[in-house]
Amino acid sequence: MKGNFKVSLPFLLMKVEDKVVNYSDIGLWEQIRRNKLAYRYILPAAIVMAIVTAYPIIYQVWMAFTNFTVVNLKNPHPAFVGLKNFIDILKNNVPLENFNFWRTLTFDVIWTFINVFFHVTIGISLAVALNTPRFAAKRFYRSLLIIPWAVPAYITALIWKNMFDTQFGAVNLLLAKLGLPHNIAWLTNPNPPIHFLSILPYSFYACLITNVWLGFPFMMVVASGALQSVPKELYEAARIDGATERQQFFEITLPLIRFAMTPAIMLGLIWTFNQFNVIYLVSGGGPLGETEILVTQAYKLVNPAGLFGVASAFGLIVFVILLFITLVTNRVSKATESVI
Amino acid sequence: MKPKVKVKFKHLLLHLYVIFWVAVAIFPILWVVSMALDPRNISKPTTLTLIPPGATVDSFKRVIAHPYSGANVTFAKLLWNSTLVSGGTAFFSVLIGATAAYAFSRFKFPGRQAGMVSFLVIFMLPASAALAPLFVILTVLHIRNSLIGLVFAYTSFTLPFAIWNLKGYFDTVPKELEEAALVDGCNRNMAFFKVILPLSTPALAVTLLFGFMNGWTEWMLAWTFLTKPKSFTLAMTLYNMVGQWNTPWSNFAAFSILVSLPIIILWFLLQKYIVSGLTLGSVKG
Repeated sequence: MKGNFKVSLPFLLMKVEDKVVNYSDIGLWEQIRRNKLAYRYILPAAIVMAIVTAYPIIYQVWMAFTNFTVVNLKNPHPAFVGLKNFIDILKNNVPLENFNFWRTLTFDVIWTFINVFFHVTIGISLAVALNTPRFAAKRFYRSLLIIPWAVPAYITALIWKNMFDTQFGAVNLLLAKLGLPHNIAWLTNPNPPIHFLSILPYSFYACLITNVWLGFPFMMVVASGALQSVPKELYEAARIDGATERQQFFEITLPLIRFAMTPAIMLGLIWTFNQFNVIYLVSGGGPLGETEILVTQAYKLVNPAGLFGVASAFGLIVFVILLFITLVTNRVSKATESVI
Repeated sequence: MKPKVKVKFKHLLLHLYVIFWVAVAIFPILWVVSMALDPRNISKPTTLTLIPPGATVDSFKRVIAHPYSGANVTFAKLLWNSTLVSGGTAFFSVLIGATAAYAFSRFKFPGRQAGMVSFLVIFMLPASAALAPLFVILTVLHIRNSLIGLVFAYTSFTLPFAIWNLKGYFDTVPKELEEAALVDGCNRNMAFFKVILPLSTPALAVTLLFGFMNGWTEWMLAWTFLTKPKSFTLAMTLYNMVGQWNTPWSNFAAFSILVSLPIIILWFLLQKYIVSGLTLGSVKG
């Protein structure tokens, strides 16, 4: 369900801050009675969320402690197995090919940081370039650069998978045209192209290129917006003081847009950590499960494995990890907020 | 004279840098268009050409005539299903989300904070991590294999965003306008429908677009839940097409253009709102 422009958790978390009026001198029942209309407005949303979200989550907690499999779809009375599912996951004792929880988690973290690093550096560099005074064709460049954001992420992933085809893909055809080594088995070669980065096979780079393509316009747009708020006078003052362009960038631009970039970076981290479409559709987690991330592994436990109990436990583990990341990122964004 | 030359040189380098990234950004698009226009109906391309010799739109005609190789479903049927699912998701998430967002924005009631935080936590949960129980529950309710079940599931995934986005926007609408309406004899409901909603068109548009895009491009839940070809959506048909080895690439390219075009057009029409909403949020920091 990850849309390209899902608005960020950190942005939203900031809005929780507005304080609720303290009614502590009025009784709870009285408060509820006074706000009857409010509850009537919330009721439809509450009902839908209760049936499709809250109930499944409770059900998921129960399933996580049972040996629920495909058989139980017809006869939903699986046996209670205690913490077995959780222990099996942490010990990689799951009957699914190439299942390795710790490798998947490690890979997911590495994948996230490398991606966001490229998104941010490319995004800021393009925003700064387009923000140069009297730069020709700004709007033209901008509308072309923003195209990857407008294409649905899952179609992007399918197109890039096709482009990484060994024999007929555009990437290898282009490499051949440029006289570079081609015939690279991007998606099937399990060996790492860079030796000291031994856990990153070719398909990691294929997914990385796809996801960088998909994500840099967002950072560019956020950085462009942030640059508008940097006062021009600062640069003039810096020039008078004899600061070089490099100094101006590192001493003025970067510190001033950092605060505006932080929430977007937090969003980028969570978004990339859960980038199902790119991993599942480009590499499929392969070869040999080397590029599996948590959300693709969670999906495979349901389809094709049909291990509903294990999948539920796995989902809960993912949920706890995400909750942890959110709390940390929320703390970081709040920290920046108090500085301003 | 010398500093002027220096500035020109700097601009030239920056243009080269920007043009490089423009090329990266449009390369896949050109590749897909060129594949779709290939007249030879060969299964795989062998050269890089922008407009292949004798370009035709035959592949578009082919995929519209036979979109799904496994069964006899028409393109019109798939289009209808996709429109129904995405339209339904967009409509319900805005309708239900707007009322809840209004309550969160204007009333200070017990459970407000808890409600907002729990919507947020749910918002964060990836669909694939909640797949197992959803599959079982919708199966037990006998709506798993239907478009209604799909709209239901999608709405629950888009609602948290809808509520948060609309609440944020309602907060910026001045309370005085509403109070004036209340003094003039409106009740709360009329104030909501006649004052707040008309003033919130940009936020409503973005929320609708978000719901529509989600419904239009989601394939993973649909592929897991639906088994009857006559209730397939365009997105899952495209996914299925990639799984088939014998599908000519020109068909795949044509079909992906057909599926993504409505979204790209909508995105560019509403771009101003999307971008301003996002950058406003971040600049406010």
